[in-house]
Amino acid sequence: MRIELTVNGEKHLIEAEPEETLLKILRDKLGLTGAKKGCDTGTCGLCMVILDGKTVKSCQIKAKKLKMNKVVTVEGLGKPGALHPLQKAFIEHDAVQCGFCTPAMLIVALDLLSRNPVPSREEITKTVSKVLCRCTGYIPIIRAIESLAEENKRKLTSKNKPQT
Amino acid sequence: MKAFLIEESVKKLEVVGKPVNRVDALDKVTGAAKYTADLYFPGMLYGKTLRSRYPHALIRGIKIGEAEKLPGVAVVLTAKDIPGEKRFGVVIKDQEVLVSSKARYLGDGLALVAAVTEEIAEEALKLIKIEYKPLPVVSSPLEALKEESPKIHEHGNLIKSYRVRKGDVNKGFSESDVVIERVYTTQFVDHAYMEPESAVAVPSHKGVVVYGSMQHPYSTRRVVASTLGLPLSKVRVIQTNLGGGFGGKDETASIICARAALLAVKANRPVKMVNTRSESMLESYKRHPYIMRYRVGVSEKGEIKAMEINLLADGGAYASTSPFVLWRSTVQATGPYEVPNVEISSKVVYTNNPYCGAMRGFGSPQVNFAVESIMDELAEEIGMDPIELRLKNAFKNGSETATGQVLNGHVVSIRQILRKARETSNWEGKRKLYKVQKGRLRRGIGIACCYRGVSLGAEGKDFAAAYVNVTEDGGVIVACGIAENGQGAKTVLSQIAAEALGVPVDYITFLGSDTSIVRDSGPTVASRGTIMGGGAVKEAAVKVRMKMAEVAAVILKTQPEKIIFKGGMVYDKENPEKHISFKELARRCYKKTINLSSIGWFRAPEIYWDEETGMGTAYFTWVYSANVAEVEVNLETGKVKVLRVYAFHDPGKVVNPKTAKSQVYGGVAMGIGYALLEDYKLEECIPKTLNLRSYRLIRAYEMPEVIPVFIENPDPVAPFGAKSLGEPATEVVAPAIVNAIYQATGVRIRSLPVTRDKILKGLKER
Ligand code: FES
Ligand code: FES
Repeated sequence: MRIELTVNGEKHLIEAEPEETLLKILRDKLGLTGAKKGCDTGTCGLCMVILDGKTVKSCQIKAKKLKMNKVVTVEGLGKPGALHPLQKAFIEHDAVQCGFCTPAMLIVALDLLSRNPVPSREEITKTVSKVLCRCTGYIPIIRAIESLAEENKRKLTSKNKPQT
Repeated sequence: MKAFLIEESVKKLEVVGKPVNRVDALDKVTGAAKYTADLYFPGMLYGKTLRSRYPHALIRGIKIGEAEKLPGVAVVLTAKDIPGEKRFGVVIKDQEVLVSSKARYLGDGLALVAAVTEEIAEEALKLIKIEYKPLPVVSSPLEALKEESPKIHEHGNLIKSYRVRKGDVNKGFSESDVVIERVYTTQFVDHAYMEPESAVAVPSHKGVVVYGSMQHPYSTRRVVASTLGLPLSKVRVIQTNLGGGFGGKDETASIICARAALLAVKANRPVKMVNTRSESMLESYKRHPYIMRYRVGVSEKGEIKAMEINLLADGGAYASTSPFVLWRSTVQATGPYEVPNVEISSKVVYTNNPYCGAMRGFGSPQVNFAVESIMDELAEEIGMDPIELRLKNAFKNGSETATGQVLNGHVVSIRQILRKARETSNWEGKRKLYKVQKGRLRRGIGIACCYRGVSLGAEGKDFAAAYVNVTEDGGVIVACGIAENGQGAKTVLSQIAAEALGVPVDYITFLGSDTSIVRDSGPTVASRGTIMGGGAVKEAAVKVRMKMAEVAAVILKTQPEKIIFKGGMVYDKENPEKHISFKELARRCYKKTINLSSIGWFRAPEIYWDEETGMGTAYFTWVYSANVAEVEVNLETGKVKVLRVYAFHDPGKVVNPKTAKSQVYGGVAMGIGYALLEDYKLEECIPKTLNLRSYRLIRAYEMPEVIPVFIENPDPVAPFGAKSLGEPATEVVAPAIVNAIYQATGVRIRSLPVTRDKILKGLKER
C-alpha cells in the first residue's frame, strides 16, 4: 500500500506493507534512525515520535492505520549550530549518557512543553516516565526539562509585567 | 610502573576537575549518532539465530534443506560450517558460537540464517528441523554440587573455587561475646541496556569488518578471528555508539559479531543482526545469583573477632568471567573492616540457567548486600549504632585486609567517608526521629559502605594503550583502546589529554574504538577506563608535549624544562612575555618535520596472589564509598518508596564533576532496581521474564532525591589522582535500602529483591 507522510515538514510517498510499523518505515525506508527499537512489547518508549500532534510509540502504529499524517522525529528538532533549546538543555545538564533513549526523551519533552510551557516537576516526571533509561537515573533529564520550564516562566512573567 | 608525580596531581588543574559537557552529546541530541542497528549497507542481508528448545539436550541432527529453499534466503549455517575454532571463553574455552552436539541453556544457538529481510529469515528458522534428546536439567547451584547430578560439561559442574584463611576463626569465635550466623541470597539480574545486542559484518578483502555494540572490541576481534580462522589483522572491529553496556556487552557481543561475520563471509554480502529484547534477555549473560552464609563474632564493645564466609554462585551454562567475578567477591567479602580471623570458601558452579558474567559491580553487589546486612544485624544484637560499629572496625591507613594486603600508598578514606555520611545525612537526628512512629507509613534510614579494588587486579593482564597525534594546525587526535560505553570515557579522556597538553578541551578530537588503530587495552570493565585509559593518554600526550617543548625552547630562546603549556599557549616560565600559541608551535614543528604523534602505554603495578592460601596483594589501589538511604514503607501494602539516597564516594580525583554526578545518579537507579524491582525469574531453567514488562526497570517517577558527595583524596598512582567511580556508584545502594527498611518496619529481608510479599510476610511474623 502507498501512504503519504509529512515527516519533519517534508512530504514522502511510501510503499509499505499494511502490517509494517511506523518505526520500521522511519528507520528502514526514510533513513531516520533517531527513533530506536528497545523492546517487543510496547514498554520501553524508545520509539516515541509525534504523530499528528500526539506522542505515540511508533512500534505500535501499523502502516494500514496511516495516511496523510504528520510526523515529528528527533531529526526535526534542530541541527548543530541551530539547536533547539531542549537539545541545548540536555547537553548542558548532562542528560545524555549512552544516548539511546535521548531521541525519545527529547520527543516527549518537546510534546510536554508545547502543551504546557511551564509544567510542574510532577508533570515533567510523569512525562519522563514514559521512556526507559538505564544510564542516567532520569535526574539530569528532569532537570534539563525543568530548566526550560523555569525559563518559560521567567519569560511569561516579564511579558505580563505592566510596562513602567 | 611510573608513579605520577604528586606535584602534578595537585597542581592547579585547568581542564581536569571542570564540569565539561560530554564531547559526544551533540551527535546524540540531534539523532545523528549512529548505533549499530542504524547502519545500512547496499545489498545488506538480515541474520537470525535459531536457539535451543530445551535448556539441556543432546543435538542429534539438524536439517536445513527446507530453510535453504525458502525464496529470499541467502545462507543457512550450523556449527559444522565454522571454519575456525569451535570454542571460545576468556578463562575456560567451554562456549560455542553455535553449539554442535549439546545445548546447555535455552539461549544456545544452533543455526543461523541470512535472508533479504528479517521476516524471511525468521520464517526460515521455523523450517529448520532439529532432533533433540532432552536431558535432565540442573537448576540450582546446590543441585549442581551433588554427586548424582548430571554433568553439564565434561570437566564436571565446578567452575572455580577459592579459599582464604587468615588467623584462626575458632579462636576468634571463642573470644567473641556475640556470634551470629545468617544466610543471604540474591537474584539473577539482566543488564537491560536499552540497546539490544547488534552487529553488522561487511566482508572485506580476505577478511571482515565488524561494526558492533561491544564493550571490548579486542575480545570481540579475538572471538571473530578464531571462529572464522582468520589472523587478527584481517578482522577489523569498529565500535559504534554503544547503547549501554554495564559489563554486559562482552561475550554476548562477541557471539553476535562472530555470527554476523560467519554469515557475511559465507554470503559475501553485508549482514546485519539485531537481537530483539526477548532474544537479548534469553541469551545474554546475567549478574550471578549468590547464596551467602556469614558467621560473624564480635565483642560486646563491637570489635569484630572472626568471620566465616561461604559463598556459592550460580554460574549458569558457561564459565565466562565467573572465576574473576567470584575472585572479587572473595577478596571483598569481609567488607572494609579489620578482621583478625577470617575463613572464606567460595564456589561458582555450572547449571542449565543462563550463564553469568560481568555486570556493574562484578561480584561486589552480592557480598556487599550480605556483609552490610549482617553488620546491621550485629549492631542491633549488641545495641550499638550501625555507623558506630562500622567506625569501630573500618580500615585505616596501614590496615591489613582479609587477604593480608596492607593498605598503603593512598588515603584509606573509609572512616572519613563514614563520618561525612553521619554528618551530611543528619543520621543521628533521623535515627531518633524514626524510632517512634505511628500509622501506616513508616520511615527508616540505613547505611552501607564498601571498599573496592581498582581495575582488574589478579583478574587479568592490566594495561592500556593510547595514541596522540597533534596535527600541523594544532588539533589533537586521540585514540584509546578503552571503549566509550556511554559512561563518558571519551569526555574524561579528552580532558586528560587537554590537561597534559595545556590546551582547551575543544582542541581534542577523540576517535571511536577501532581495533586496527590502537593496541588492545583490555576490557572496558572494572571501572578502569579513567585510571588505565587516562594513564595511557596522559603518557602519550606528555611525550608529544616534550617534543614540542624542545622546539618551543629554540623559538623562545630558553631551555625545554622552562616551557609551560597552558590554555592553548606555550610560555617561557621565567619570562611569560615570551610565548607562542600551541597552534603556531604545531605548525613550526611540522615545518621542521618533527613527529608529533606518540603511543602511550600504561601498565598497572605488579600484584601478587597465592592461590593456595588466598593471600596476597589483590589490587594495586582501592576506592571507598558509602550510601545512606531513607525509605518509607506502607505497612498495609508492603510498598517501599525510596525517599532519598546520599552517595559518598572517594574516586581519588573527580575528573569531571558533571559526568561524575550522572554516573552516581545512574548507579543509584540501578541499585534501587537491584534492591526492589529487578528479578530475572526461572522455572526449571526456563526464563519467565523475557520482556521489560515482566522484568521491571525503574522509571522516573520512582527515583528518589539523590545527593552525590565526593570526598577527594588524589591517588599518586593514578593520572591526576583519578581512580574510579562507575561501579562504586551502584554497589552499596541495595544494603543501605534494606537496612533502612529494617529501621522502618523491623523486618529484616535477607533475599533480594525486596518485594511487597516479603515485607508483608515479615510483618506478620514480627
Ligand atoms: S520499541 Fe519499545 S515501546 Fe516501541
Ligand atoms: S542515556 Fe543510556 S538509556 Fe538513557
